[in-house]
Amino acid sequence: MTDDQRRLSRRAALRCMAYGGAGTLFALSGGILTPMDLAMAADSKEAAAAVGKPLFVQFSDTHIGFAKDANPDVSGTLSRAIDLVNALPGQPALVIHTGDITHLSRAGEFDLAQQLFSKLRTTELHTTPGEHDVADPTVSEYFSRFGKPSQNRGYYSFDHAGVHFIALINVLNFKAGGLGSLGAQQLDWVAADLKGRSSSTPIVVFAHMPLWTVYEPWGWGTGDADQLLLQLQRFGSVTVLNGHIHQIIQKVEGNVTFHTARSTAYPQPAAGQAAGPGPLKVPVEQLPGMLGVTSVSILKHPRALALSDASLAGA
Amino acid sequence: MRFLNHGLLTAVCLLASWQGMATAPAAPDPSGTVQVEIRNFMFEPRQVKIRSGATVTWINRDDEPHTVVSDPDLFRSGALDTDMSFAFRFDRPGTYHVICSIHPQMSATIVVE
Repeated sequence: MTDDQRRLSRRAALRCMAYGGAGTLFALSGGILTPMDLAMAADSKEAAAAVGKPLFVQFSDTHIGFAKDANPDVSGTLSRAIDLVNALPGQPALVIHTGDITHLSRAGEFDLAQQLFSKLRTTELHTTPGEHDVADPTVSEYFSRFGKPSQNRGYYSFDHAGVHFIALINVLNFKAGGLGSLGAQQLDWVAADLKGRSSSTPIVVFAHMPLWTVYEPWGWGTGDADQLLLQLQRFGSVTVLNGHIHQIIQKVEGNVTFHTARSTAYPQPAAGQAAGPGPLKVPVEQLPGMLGVTSVSILKHPRALALSDASLAGA
Repeated sequence: MRFLNHGLLTAVCLLASWQGMATAPAAPDPSGTVQVEIRNFMFEPRQVKIRSGATVTWINRDDEPHTVVSDPDLFRSGALDTDMSFAFRFDRPGTYHVICSIHPQMSATIVVE
Protein backbone atom coordinates (compact mmCIF):
# COMPACT_ATOMS: atom_id res chain seq x y z
CA MET A 1 0.00 0.00 0.00
CA THR A 2 1.33 3.48 -0.86
CA ASP A 3 1.61 6.44 1.56
CA ASP A 4 -1.26 8.14 -0.24
CA GLN A 5 -3.50 5.20 0.37
CA ARG A 6 -2.54 5.10 4.03
CA ARG A 7 -3.90 8.62 4.43
CA LEU A 8 -7.34 7.57 3.24
CA SER A 9 -10.12 7.25 5.73
CA ARG A 10 -10.88 3.78 7.02
CA ARG A 11 -14.05 3.66 4.99
CA ALA A 12 -12.28 4.63 1.79
CA ALA A 13 -9.49 2.22 2.57
CA LEU A 14 -11.94 -0.59 3.02
CA ARG A 15 -13.58 0.33 -0.25
CA CYS A 16 -10.20 0.30 -1.93
CA MET A 17 -9.47 -3.14 -0.51
CA ALA A 18 -12.89 -4.43 -1.38
CA TYR A 19 -12.13 -3.58 -4.98
CA GLY A 20 -8.34 -3.55 -5.18
CA GLY A 21 -7.94 -6.68 -3.08
CA ALA A 22 -10.25 -8.48 -5.40
CA GLY A 23 -7.68 -8.60 -8.15
CA THR A 24 -10.11 -9.48 -10.86
CA LEU A 25 -13.71 -8.79 -11.51
CA PHE A 26 -15.57 -10.76 -14.09
CA ALA A 27 -18.33 -9.09 -15.98
CA LEU A 28 -20.74 -11.71 -17.16
CA SER A 29 -22.84 -10.84 -20.15
CA GLY A 30 -24.83 -13.44 -22.00
CA GLY A 31 -22.53 -16.11 -20.65
CA ILE A 32 -19.33 -14.47 -21.87
CA LEU A 33 -16.93 -13.33 -19.19
CA THR A 34 -14.92 -10.15 -19.52
CA PRO A 35 -12.32 -9.61 -16.80
CA MET A 36 -12.16 -6.03 -15.56
CA ASP A 37 -9.33 -4.43 -13.63
CA LEU A 38 -11.00 -3.52 -10.39
CA ALA A 39 -8.04 -1.72 -8.89
CA MET A 40 -8.46 0.77 -11.71
CA ALA A 41 -12.21 0.66 -11.44
CA ALA A 42 -11.98 1.89 -7.85
CA ASP A 43 -10.35 5.11 -9.11
CA SER A 44 -12.85 5.63 -11.88
CA LYS A 45 -16.29 6.93 -11.06
CA GLU A 46 -17.51 5.75 -14.40
CA ALA A 47 -16.38 2.18 -13.87
CA ALA A 48 -17.65 2.17 -10.29
CA ALA A 49 -21.03 3.33 -11.54
CA ALA A 50 -21.02 0.53 -14.08
CA VAL A 51 -20.37 -1.97 -11.31
CA GLY A 52 -23.10 -0.42 -9.21
CA LYS A 53 -23.91 -1.64 -5.75
CA PRO A 54 -23.55 -5.34 -5.09
CA LEU A 55 -26.76 -7.29 -5.48
CA PHE A 56 -25.53 -9.61 -2.78
CA VAL A 57 -22.44 -10.68 -0.91
CA GLN A 58 -21.44 -14.28 -0.31
CA PHE A 59 -19.89 -15.42 2.96
CA SER A 60 -18.64 -18.96 3.28
CA ASP A 61 -16.86 -21.33 5.62
CA THR A 62 -16.88 -19.14 8.71
CA HIS A 63 -16.15 -22.25 10.87
CA ILE A 64 -17.12 -20.64 14.17
CA GLY A 65 -15.66 -22.89 16.87
CA PHE A 66 -12.37 -23.55 15.07
CA ALA A 67 -9.44 -22.44 17.22
CA LYS A 68 -6.36 -24.24 15.95
CA ASP A 69 -3.05 -22.84 14.68
CA ALA A 70 -4.28 -22.00 11.18
CA ASN A 71 -6.44 -19.25 12.78
CA PRO A 72 -7.00 -19.07 16.54
CA ASP A 73 -9.50 -16.20 16.11
CA VAL A 74 -12.12 -17.08 13.49
CA SER A 75 -14.68 -14.83 15.21
CA GLY A 76 -12.24 -11.94 14.77
CA THR A 77 -11.70 -12.56 11.07
CA LEU A 78 -15.45 -12.98 10.49
CA SER A 79 -16.02 -9.66 12.27
CA ARG A 80 -13.46 -8.04 9.99
CA ALA A 81 -15.21 -9.45 6.94
CA ILE A 82 -18.52 -8.09 8.27
CA ASP A 83 -16.89 -4.66 8.81
CA LEU A 84 -15.61 -4.80 5.23
CA VAL A 85 -19.11 -5.44 3.86
CA ASN A 86 -20.66 -2.82 6.14
CA ALA A 87 -18.19 -0.28 4.73
CA LEU A 88 -19.05 -0.93 1.06
CA PRO A 89 -20.23 2.26 -0.64
CA GLY A 90 -23.47 0.56 -1.68
CA GLN A 91 -24.98 -1.98 0.69
CA PRO A 92 -25.97 -5.33 -0.82
CA ALA A 93 -29.67 -6.16 -0.78
CA LEU A 94 -28.97 -9.54 0.73
CA VAL A 95 -26.24 -11.81 2.05
CA ILE A 96 -25.87 -15.51 1.37
CA HIS A 97 -23.82 -18.00 3.39
CA THR A 98 -22.69 -21.12 1.56
CA GLY A 99 -22.16 -23.25 4.62
CA ASP A 100 -19.80 -24.41 7.29
CA ILE A 101 -21.18 -21.65 9.44
CA THR A 102 -19.84 -23.64 12.40
CA HIS A 103 -16.97 -26.04 12.85
CA LEU A 104 -18.56 -28.75 15.01
CA SER A 105 -22.35 -28.17 14.68
CA ARG A 106 -22.52 -27.12 18.33
CA ALA A 107 -25.37 -24.95 19.62
CA GLY A 108 -22.98 -22.38 21.10
CA GLU A 109 -21.15 -22.07 17.78
CA PHE A 110 -24.40 -21.40 15.89
CA ASP A 111 -25.46 -18.89 18.54
CA LEU A 112 -22.16 -17.00 18.27
CA ALA A 113 -22.32 -17.01 14.46
CA GLN A 114 -25.85 -15.58 14.51
CA GLN A 115 -24.78 -12.95 17.02
CA LEU A 116 -21.88 -11.89 14.76
CA PHE A 117 -24.03 -11.84 11.60
CA SER A 118 -26.59 -9.65 13.37
CA LYS A 119 -24.00 -6.86 13.05
CA LEU A 120 -24.36 -6.80 9.25
CA ARG A 121 -26.13 -3.70 7.99
CA THR A 122 -27.83 -5.94 5.45
CA THR A 123 -30.37 -7.95 7.39
CA GLU A 124 -31.56 -10.44 4.76
CA LEU A 125 -29.47 -13.60 5.19
CA HIS A 126 -29.97 -16.80 3.19
CA THR A 127 -28.04 -19.92 4.12
CA THR A 128 -27.29 -23.44 3.04
CA PRO A 129 -25.45 -25.86 5.35
CA GLY A 130 -22.00 -27.35 4.99
CA GLU A 131 -21.08 -30.79 6.28
CA HIS A 132 -19.65 -29.17 9.41
CA ASP A 133 -23.14 -27.79 10.16
CA VAL A 134 -24.90 -31.16 10.02
CA ALA A 135 -22.38 -33.22 12.02
CA ASP A 136 -24.43 -33.35 15.24
CA PRO A 137 -25.91 -36.80 15.95
CA THR A 138 -29.49 -35.66 15.38
CA VAL A 139 -28.73 -33.25 12.47
CA SER A 140 -30.98 -30.70 14.14
CA GLU A 141 -28.89 -27.71 15.27
CA TYR A 142 -28.72 -26.15 11.80
CA PHE A 143 -32.31 -26.87 10.86
CA SER A 144 -33.75 -25.59 14.13
CA ARG A 145 -32.23 -22.19 13.28
CA PHE A 146 -32.18 -22.00 9.48
CA GLY A 147 -34.61 -24.71 8.36
CA LYS A 148 -37.74 -22.58 8.01
CA PRO A 149 -37.35 -21.28 4.40
CA SER A 150 -36.93 -24.86 3.16
CA GLN A 151 -39.41 -26.51 5.57
CA ASN A 152 -36.37 -28.39 6.89
CA ARG A 153 -35.57 -29.95 3.51
CA GLY A 154 -32.50 -27.79 2.99
CA TYR A 155 -33.40 -26.57 -0.51
CA TYR A 156 -35.51 -23.56 -1.44
CA SER A 157 -35.73 -20.69 -3.91
CA PHE A 158 -36.53 -17.00 -3.88
CA ASP A 159 -36.47 -14.01 -6.21
CA HIS A 160 -34.81 -10.67 -5.88
CA ALA A 161 -34.46 -7.86 -8.43
CA GLY A 162 -35.48 -10.15 -11.27
CA VAL A 163 -32.86 -12.75 -10.33
CA HIS A 164 -33.98 -16.24 -9.33
CA PHE A 165 -31.97 -17.73 -6.46
CA ILE A 166 -31.87 -21.47 -5.76
CA ALA A 167 -30.33 -22.75 -2.52
CA LEU A 168 -29.37 -26.43 -2.64
CA ILE A 169 -28.07 -28.91 -0.07
CA ASN A 170 -25.41 -31.43 -1.09
CA VAL A 171 -23.91 -32.42 2.26
CA LEU A 172 -26.38 -35.09 3.37
CA ASN A 173 -26.53 -38.70 2.18
CA PHE A 174 -22.91 -38.96 1.13
CA LYS A 175 -21.99 -42.17 -0.56
CA ALA A 176 -18.95 -44.11 0.69
CA GLY A 177 -15.77 -42.98 -0.99
CA GLY A 178 -17.50 -40.04 -2.32
CA LEU A 179 -18.63 -36.77 -3.46
CA GLY A 180 -21.55 -34.74 -2.25
CA SER A 181 -24.99 -35.57 -3.58
CA LEU A 182 -28.23 -33.78 -4.33
CA GLY A 183 -30.51 -36.81 -4.65
CA ALA A 184 -33.48 -37.51 -6.92
CA GLN A 185 -36.02 -35.74 -4.73
CA GLN A 186 -34.10 -32.47 -4.77
CA LEU A 187 -33.39 -32.70 -8.50
CA ASP A 188 -37.11 -33.24 -9.16
CA TRP A 189 -37.87 -30.19 -7.06
CA VAL A 190 -35.40 -28.09 -9.11
CA ALA A 191 -37.10 -29.23 -12.34
CA ALA A 192 -40.48 -28.15 -10.96
CA ASP A 193 -39.03 -24.89 -9.66
CA LEU A 194 -37.55 -23.98 -13.06
CA LYS A 195 -40.53 -25.10 -15.11
CA GLY A 196 -42.23 -22.23 -16.91
CA ARG A 197 -39.49 -19.77 -16.00
CA SER A 198 -38.23 -17.61 -18.85
CA SER A 199 -34.78 -18.56 -20.16
CA SER A 200 -33.78 -14.91 -19.86
CA THR A 201 -34.16 -15.00 -16.07
CA PRO A 202 -30.70 -14.75 -14.46
CA ILE A 203 -30.24 -17.76 -12.17
CA VAL A 204 -28.03 -17.94 -9.11
CA VAL A 205 -27.56 -21.42 -7.66
CA PHE A 206 -25.72 -21.82 -4.37
CA ALA A 207 -24.68 -24.86 -2.38
CA HIS A 208 -21.81 -25.73 -0.06
CA MET A 209 -19.77 -28.26 -1.99
CA PRO A 210 -18.67 -27.48 -5.54
CA LEU A 211 -21.28 -28.41 -8.14
CA TRP A 212 -18.55 -29.56 -10.49
CA THR A 213 -15.73 -31.97 -9.79
CA VAL A 214 -12.74 -29.95 -8.63
CA TYR A 215 -10.80 -32.87 -7.13
CA GLU A 216 -12.40 -36.26 -6.64
CA PRO A 217 -9.86 -37.85 -4.20
CA TRP A 218 -10.79 -35.18 -1.64
CA GLY A 219 -14.49 -35.36 -2.39
CA TRP A 220 -14.45 -31.87 -3.93
CA GLY A 221 -17.49 -32.26 -6.13
CA THR A 222 -21.10 -33.41 -6.30
CA GLY A 223 -21.78 -36.82 -7.83
CA ASP A 224 -25.10 -36.00 -9.49
CA ALA A 225 -24.46 -32.33 -10.34
CA ASP A 226 -24.52 -33.11 -14.07
CA GLN A 227 -28.27 -33.74 -13.81
CA LEU A 228 -28.67 -30.29 -12.29
CA LEU A 229 -26.58 -28.62 -14.99
CA LEU A 230 -28.72 -30.18 -17.73
CA GLN A 231 -31.71 -28.39 -16.25
CA LEU A 232 -29.84 -25.07 -16.18
CA GLN A 233 -28.59 -25.30 -19.76
CA ARG A 234 -31.39 -23.33 -21.37
CA PHE A 235 -30.87 -20.25 -19.22
CA GLY A 236 -28.85 -17.35 -20.59
CA SER A 237 -27.10 -16.41 -17.36
CA VAL A 238 -26.37 -18.94 -14.63
CA THR A 239 -24.06 -18.26 -11.68
CA VAL A 240 -23.16 -21.26 -9.51
CA LEU A 241 -21.62 -20.38 -6.15
CA ASN A 242 -20.00 -22.69 -3.63
CA GLY A 243 -17.63 -22.71 -0.71
CA HIS A 244 -16.10 -25.79 0.92
CA ILE A 245 -12.60 -25.63 -0.56
CA HIS A 246 -11.54 -22.33 1.07
CA GLN A 247 -10.00 -20.87 -2.07
CA ILE A 248 -11.15 -19.20 -5.25
CA ILE A 249 -11.57 -21.39 -8.30
CA GLN A 250 -13.61 -20.24 -11.25
CA LYS A 251 -14.61 -21.78 -14.52
CA VAL A 252 -17.06 -20.97 -17.27
CA GLU A 253 -18.97 -23.49 -19.30
CA GLY A 254 -21.34 -22.06 -21.88
CA ASN A 255 -23.67 -19.69 -20.02
CA VAL A 256 -22.71 -21.09 -16.61
CA THR A 257 -20.12 -19.46 -14.38
CA PHE A 258 -18.87 -21.59 -11.49
CA HIS A 259 -17.17 -19.81 -8.62
CA THR A 260 -15.96 -21.02 -5.23
CA ALA A 261 -15.52 -18.48 -2.44
CA ARG A 262 -12.77 -18.00 0.09
CA SER A 263 -13.35 -18.83 3.72
CA THR A 264 -13.34 -16.14 6.40
CA ALA A 265 -11.66 -18.63 8.77
CA TYR A 266 -8.65 -20.39 7.24
CA PRO A 267 -7.27 -21.36 3.84
CA GLN A 268 -6.96 -24.93 2.58
CA PRO A 269 -4.24 -26.44 0.39
CA ALA A 270 -4.66 -26.52 -3.36
CA ALA A 271 -6.07 -29.82 -4.66
CA GLY A 272 -3.75 -32.73 -3.93
CA GLN A 273 -1.02 -30.57 -2.36
CA ALA A 274 -1.29 -32.09 1.15
CA ALA A 275 -2.19 -35.35 2.92
CA GLY A 276 -5.78 -34.18 3.09
CA PRO A 277 -8.02 -31.14 2.77
CA GLY A 278 -7.36 -29.78 6.27
CA PRO A 279 -6.57 -26.27 7.48
CA LEU A 280 -3.51 -24.71 5.85
CA LYS A 281 -1.16 -22.94 8.26
CA VAL A 282 0.37 -19.88 6.62
CA PRO A 283 2.55 -17.09 8.08
CA VAL A 284 0.27 -14.79 10.07
CA GLU A 285 0.88 -11.80 7.75
CA GLN A 286 -0.31 -13.84 4.76
CA LEU A 287 -3.56 -15.00 6.35
CA PRO A 288 -5.81 -11.96 5.68
CA GLY A 289 -4.97 -12.08 1.97
CA MET A 290 -6.27 -15.65 1.84
CA LEU A 291 -9.60 -14.91 3.56
CA GLY A 292 -12.51 -12.94 2.21
CA VAL A 293 -15.95 -12.68 0.71
CA THR A 294 -17.38 -12.58 -2.81
CA SER A 295 -19.60 -9.80 -4.02
CA VAL A 296 -21.92 -10.16 -6.98
CA SER A 297 -23.36 -7.21 -8.89
CA ILE A 298 -25.81 -6.81 -11.70
CA LEU A 299 -23.79 -5.37 -14.52
CA LYS A 300 -26.39 -4.92 -17.24
CA HIS A 301 -29.82 -5.58 -15.92
CA PRO A 302 -31.29 -8.09 -16.25
CA ARG A 303 -28.94 -10.44 -18.04
CA ALA A 304 -25.57 -9.84 -16.48
CA LEU A 305 -24.04 -10.50 -13.10
CA ALA A 306 -20.53 -9.51 -12.07
CA LEU A 307 -18.46 -11.34 -9.48
CA SER A 308 -15.78 -9.84 -7.30
CA ASP A 309 -13.71 -11.29 -4.46
CA ALA A 310 -12.57 -9.15 -1.57
CA SER A 311 -9.84 -10.33 0.77
CA LEU A 312 -9.28 -9.24 4.36
CA ALA A 313 -5.73 -8.09 3.63
CA GLY A 314 -5.16 -4.94 5.67
CA ALA A 315 -8.81 -4.72 6.69
CA MET B 1 -21.52 -69.63 -19.58
CA ARG B 2 -20.39 -71.96 -16.86
CA PHE B 3 -16.77 -71.05 -17.57
CA LEU B 4 -17.63 -67.37 -17.43
CA ASN B 5 -19.30 -67.74 -14.06
CA HIS B 6 -16.36 -69.67 -12.75
CA GLY B 7 -13.96 -67.00 -13.96
CA LEU B 8 -16.01 -64.28 -12.36
CA LEU B 9 -16.11 -66.19 -9.08
CA THR B 10 -12.35 -66.61 -9.13
CA ALA B 11 -11.91 -62.91 -9.76
CA VAL B 12 -14.19 -62.03 -6.84
CA CYS B 13 -12.31 -64.46 -4.56
CA LEU B 14 -8.97 -63.06 -5.63
CA LEU B 15 -10.20 -59.54 -5.01
CA ALA B 16 -11.53 -60.51 -1.59
CA SER B 17 -8.28 -62.15 -0.54
CA TRP B 18 -6.26 -59.23 -1.86
CA GLN B 19 -8.36 -56.85 0.23
CA GLY B 20 -7.88 -59.07 3.24
CA MET B 21 -4.11 -58.96 2.84
CA ALA B 22 -4.02 -55.24 2.17
CA THR B 23 -5.81 -54.35 5.38
CA ALA B 24 -4.85 -56.53 8.31
CA PRO B 25 -7.89 -57.01 10.54
CA ALA B 26 -7.41 -55.81 14.11
CA ALA B 27 -7.61 -58.55 16.71
CA PRO B 28 -10.09 -57.85 19.50
CA ASP B 29 -8.53 -57.54 22.94
CA PRO B 30 -9.86 -59.86 25.71
CA SER B 31 -12.39 -57.25 26.84
CA GLY B 32 -13.94 -57.27 23.38
CA THR B 33 -12.97 -53.70 22.52
CA VAL B 34 -11.22 -52.73 19.31
CA GLN B 35 -9.71 -49.31 18.84
CA VAL B 36 -9.68 -47.60 15.46
CA GLU B 37 -7.56 -44.49 15.07
CA ILE B 38 -8.47 -41.71 12.67
CA ARG B 39 -5.29 -40.22 11.32
CA ASN B 40 -4.43 -38.30 8.14
CA PHE B 41 -8.04 -38.54 6.95
CA MET B 42 -8.06 -42.35 7.21
CA PHE B 43 -9.52 -44.99 9.48
CA GLU B 44 -6.72 -47.23 10.76
CA PRO B 45 -7.23 -50.09 10.28
CA ARG B 46 -9.68 -49.75 7.42
CA GLN B 47 -11.13 -53.17 8.04
CA VAL B 48 -11.99 -54.56 11.44
CA LYS B 49 -13.25 -58.07 12.17
CA ILE B 50 -14.96 -58.60 15.52
CA ARG B 51 -17.22 -61.04 17.31
CA SER B 52 -20.83 -60.14 17.94
CA GLY B 53 -21.12 -58.16 21.17
CA ALA B 54 -17.72 -56.47 20.85
CA THR B 55 -17.28 -52.71 20.96
CA VAL B 56 -15.37 -50.56 18.50
CA THR B 57 -13.92 -47.29 19.75
CA TRP B 58 -12.88 -44.63 17.23
CA ILE B 59 -10.47 -41.93 18.31
CA ASN B 60 -9.66 -38.86 16.23
CA ARG B 61 -5.92 -38.07 16.04
CA ASP B 62 -6.28 -35.37 13.38
CA ASP B 63 -6.42 -31.61 13.85
CA GLU B 64 -9.56 -31.70 11.73
CA PRO B 65 -12.87 -32.94 13.18
CA HIS B 66 -14.31 -36.20 11.90
CA THR B 67 -17.47 -38.21 12.43
CA VAL B 68 -18.26 -41.90 12.35
CA VAL B 69 -21.53 -42.60 10.56
CA SER B 70 -22.73 -46.11 9.73
CA ASP B 71 -24.37 -47.45 6.62
CA PRO B 72 -26.92 -48.91 7.21
CA ASP B 73 -27.92 -46.05 9.49
CA LEU B 74 -27.31 -47.41 13.00
CA PHE B 75 -25.34 -44.63 14.61
CA ARG B 76 -23.87 -41.15 14.12
CA SER B 77 -21.04 -40.10 16.40
CA GLY B 78 -21.42 -36.34 16.16
CA ALA B 79 -18.35 -34.23 15.41
CA LEU B 80 -15.24 -35.59 17.11
CA ASP B 81 -12.65 -32.91 17.67
CA THR B 82 -8.99 -33.80 18.20
CA ASP B 83 -8.55 -36.71 20.65
CA MET B 84 -12.28 -37.18 21.15
CA SER B 85 -13.60 -40.72 20.83
CA PHE B 86 -16.84 -42.55 20.12
CA ALA B 87 -17.77 -46.16 20.88
CA PHE B 88 -20.42 -48.49 19.52
CA ARG B 89 -21.23 -52.09 20.49
CA PHE B 90 -22.07 -54.38 17.58
CA ASP B 91 -24.62 -56.97 18.68
CA ARG B 92 -25.62 -58.33 15.30
CA PRO B 93 -23.45 -60.19 12.79
CA GLY B 94 -23.04 -58.52 9.44
CA THR B 95 -20.89 -56.14 7.43
CA TYR B 96 -21.12 -52.48 8.38
CA HIS B 97 -19.69 -49.62 6.36
CA VAL B 98 -18.71 -46.45 8.12
CA ILE B 99 -17.79 -43.08 6.68
CA CYS B 100 -16.86 -39.68 8.02
CA SER B 101 -19.79 -37.45 7.11
CA ILE B 102 -17.46 -34.44 7.01
CA HIS B 103 -14.98 -36.15 4.66
CA PRO B 104 -16.99 -38.86 2.91
CA GLN B 105 -13.95 -40.04 0.99
CA MET B 106 -12.97 -41.67 4.32
CA SER B 107 -14.51 -45.11 4.60
CA ALA B 108 -13.98 -48.33 6.53
CA THR B 109 -15.65 -51.69 7.10
CA ILE B 110 -16.60 -53.51 10.30
CA VAL B 111 -17.26 -57.23 9.89
CA VAL B 112 -19.18 -58.70 12.81
CA GLU B 113 -19.14 -62.51 13.06
